[in-house]
Amino acid sequence: MNATLHVYEPRGMGRALEATGAWVLGLLWVLPLLYAFWTAFHTAEFSTRLSLSAPLTLANFVTAWHAAPFARYFLNTLLLVTMVLAAQLVLTTLAAYAFARFAFPGRNVLFALVLVQLMVMPDVLIVENYRTMTALGLKDTILGIGLPYMASAFGIFLLRQTFKSVPRELDEAARVEGCTPLQVLWKVYVPLARPTYLAYALVSVSYHWNNFLWPLIITNSVEARPVTVGLQVFSATDQGIDWSIITAATLLSTAPLLIAFLLFQRQFVQSFMRAGIR
Amino acid sequence: MLHRSIRNGLVALLAIALGCIPAFAQTQTEVSFYYPVAVGGPITKIIDGLAADFEKENPGIKLKPIYSGAYQDSLTKALTAVKGGEPPVTSILLSTDMYTLIDEDAIQPFDDLIRTPEDKAWLKSFYPAFMENSQTGGKTWGIPFQRSTIVLYYNKEMFKEAGLDPNRPPATWKEMTEYAQKLTKRDASGKVTQWGVQIPSTGFPYWLFQALAIENGANLMNAAGTQTYFDKPEVIAAVQYWVDLVNKYKVHPEGIVDWGTTPKDFFEKKVAMVWTTTGNLTNFKNNAKLDFGVAMLPAGTQRGSPTGGGNFYMFKKSTPAQREAAFKFIKWLTTPQRAAQWGIDTGYVAVRADAWETPVMKQYVAGFPLAAVARDQLPFAKAELSTHDNQRVTKTLNDGLQAALTGTKTPEQAMKDAQAQSERILRTYRR
Amino acid sequence: MYGWLLLLPAMALLALFTHYPAIANLWHSFLSTPKGDRPAVFVGLENYQQLVEDPIFWQAFSNNFWYALGTIPASIALALLMAVWVNDRIPGRGILRLAFFTPTILPMIAVANIWLFFYTPEYGLLEQFTGAFGLPSHNWLGSKSTALAALMVVTIWKEAGFFMIFYLAALQSMSPHLADAAAMEGASRGYFFRRVTLPLLMPTTLFVLVNAVINAFRLVDHIVVMTRGGPDNATELLLFYIYEIGFRFWDSAYAAALTMVLLAILGVVALAQFFLLERKVHYQ
Repeated sequence: MNATLHVYEPRGMGRALEATGAWVLGLLWVLPLLYAFWTAFHTAEFSTRLSLSAPLTLANFVTAWHAAPFARYFLNTLLLVTMVLAAQLVLTTLAAYAFARFAFPGRNVLFALVLVQLMVMPDVLIVENYRTMTALGLKDTILGIGLPYMASAFGIFLLRQTFKSVPRELDEAARVEGCTPLQVLWKVYVPLARPTYLAYALVSVSYHWNNFLWPLIITNSVEARPVTVGLQVFSATDQGIDWSIITAATLLSTAPLLIAFLLFQRQFVQSFMRAGIR
Repeated sequence: MLHRSIRNGLVALLAIALGCIPAFAQTQTEVSFYYPVAVGGPITKIIDGLAADFEKENPGIKLKPIYSGAYQDSLTKALTAVKGGEPPVTSILLSTDMYTLIDEDAIQPFDDLIRTPEDKAWLKSFYPAFMENSQTGGKTWGIPFQRSTIVLYYNKEMFKEAGLDPNRPPATWKEMTEYAQKLTKRDASGKVTQWGVQIPSTGFPYWLFQALAIENGANLMNAAGTQTYFDKPEVIAAVQYWVDLVNKYKVHPEGIVDWGTTPKDFFEKKVAMVWTTTGNLTNFKNNAKLDFGVAMLPAGTQRGSPTGGGNFYMFKKSTPAQREAAFKFIKWLTTPQRAAQWGIDTGYVAVRADAWETPVMKQYVAGFPLAAVARDQLPFAKAELSTHDNQRVTKTLNDGLQAALTGTKTPEQAMKDAQAQSERILRTYRR
Repeated sequence: MYGWLLLLPAMALLALFTHYPAIANLWHSFLSTPKGDRPAVFVGLENYQQLVEDPIFWQAFSNNFWYALGTIPASIALALLMAVWVNDRIPGRGILRLAFFTPTILPMIAVANIWLFFYTPEYGLLEQFTGAFGLPSHNWLGSKSTALAALMVVTIWKEAGFFMIFYLAALQSMSPHLADAAAMEGASRGYFFRRVTLPLLMPTTLFVLVNAVINAFRLVDHIVVMTRGGPDNATELLLFYIYEIGFRFWDSAYAAALTMVLLAILGVVALAQFFLLERKVHYQ
């Protein structure tokens, strides 16, 4: 479904004005990022001078790459988001299925308890969760970073809504063929909820890729540190700041996400819309 | 659940594949240590190089240097590790963190390790100024390694332009003010294109300020770390001087000046004189494409600077073998030769007097006399602000300084408030 | 009972990392901080008393309030504007959509570094910009009056694109018949927007509002990089203060008390939004 307000779309002068406004805002919006690109690809002397004749260089990226174990950081982050997403998909599917299609005592109370996590995220409870992780012996591990997030209230909420909108006839038809409830889940509900899963996956991956404060607290060593913490450790400002290298490092750490987004942005945006998140 | 255990297993396998040391771990003693980087330059590379050299000479010891960011972050990480039951064997942390580390029961003194006459002589060889923040209660808790003082870097070309003698840096506060007035340039619209002097106030404003306080005749705390003197008249007067540079003489940028960008401000010729650590000397040498000088800080009623920088600490809960290995490493790093080389590579002050007498250092100083300024300032250097619950107490002073510099409070009010807050924190340690 | 079994794993984790910590936090806020060999003892309301007397806490509280007020309406309004613009078929809307959304997928910590450079006095990009217009130099992050506002700008920049997507989805799912019907009755564009579009967007607005509020309290990464709470606590936000107290000063009891305040605020906001949900939402 394409743009709908045909009747009210601006024309002529109004249209030009609107386009200009939008373009100015868009330009302002990408300006910081463009500046980062400029600084990263030029030497330090030109980081503050925007002269067009300045020579391009990749040296900053090389220096940044060698200055901190970014390869390891990327691996950690990759492991983290994969682990968290996989766990979330399984856990939220089961829980949402339970809420959507099963009647059991205390269902509403439990659902309310789930919704609490929407507001009270693990990020806010850093002091206590840190204590818990120590007790579990999971400090400074990737599992330790991801565990508090694996039961996602947001996911349960979304999937429950989606599952609820699946026609009961399909459910019953599958039962008639002799499927167990889990088989019904796998064969009927999961395929129909694919857009929701996709949208949720994208949100989850970008959230956990970019998460900083909790990983900062819970990790200590290079073996568990994700890219965000690695970047902060690297660019801690006690050193004389060399912006060229820091922006190079920054771009390095955001590159995977940025490239993935640029390649898949249509799917990205459309999946949000199709999932009809309301 | 099946999924989870498969996943955990995969993670574990990957971790083992990636991070493990080959299996002669039993015959090797592993010494892990956190180290911060607080000055510009390829410090990580240098540390890794030193570690590799030491391992070559000592095949039974495996060093594990862990870069942990700035000083504050390093302290956080070290204490986190301690509280998590996996402390490092040793670490380089601020000399002023000594009381905090003792209170957290994280470190142990070096005295049982210093047994032989050579070791005792080695301990005596460090500059007394650096030992002031390393010893308390008759015990030695820290070994100086990357120590510094504050120095004044100044742009000789700008001096010449302003009609000042480029070989005569300001020696007193009065001179610094006068020079700065001559060195501050404004364009036609009144906007400043070149500042006279700049003293950073982010990161650790208390450190920069302490120099002013010492130069005005007062230090900020007592030796036992249980009392601060933020509201002494000399201290308040020192704050006033700093604030006057901004508001009265208008030779110093307004608001809070960033520590990290101060060297670059100097390189970009935005300011004629800056106060920053001697640890940045090599950074300046390599990156300032201009003729610059280094001077001792000017005198108020006397010359002075706080010492700064990091010491090696020995953490508890290591095995005796690890402790001996770490001690060996620390001694190895602080031989005159290596202390000299470290000083040359970074700009930190070589921590022992005989390091300055080594041929390599003598040659370096002959070719680059600016390197000796920090050492010459050592007789005037005093202990850096260090108390129990140090981070919290320094925050009160930092906040007060920032309040005074942004004009939110008068210097007197700011210092009185800081003193009151710090009193409340330190009260419990005096019982 | 099948339902219980399905729910169990998720519920267990939720209990362990959300419900249990909240309660444990309450308990710990009534104890003192253990230090070295001194164990924690029950001290009643002492931590809360310290909280009330702590000027920095009140500063953080007030900062967070202004910060929320400054970022939430602005980012939502901008998001709506962007969505409307991208929805109208102006040329280059694909690129525009990309431009608006890109800040969202970048980590805040990376974005903060870039903006720190942006804001550097004398030769930062913003300075060069304002200098070109002849405006005086300003230390945006180094002066108490502008530091928090500077951070708000960064947050709005980062969040607006994210909310835009949701509005875009909602706008595109509106039936064109509504517009046709309204036009036939002679309604102006503004009238249509105010009386038809906005109310229909209410569920989206509510969803976006919830997110914005949570983020206003949750996202402190930029403070860690840009100001560390300074100058003189002008940019100290509650969660950052909790982090400082808990992991820089290691005063876990006081941190627990502070966390209780934050939880209380979030709880009140949750309740308020719950009631709004009951009353004002118009579902199609």
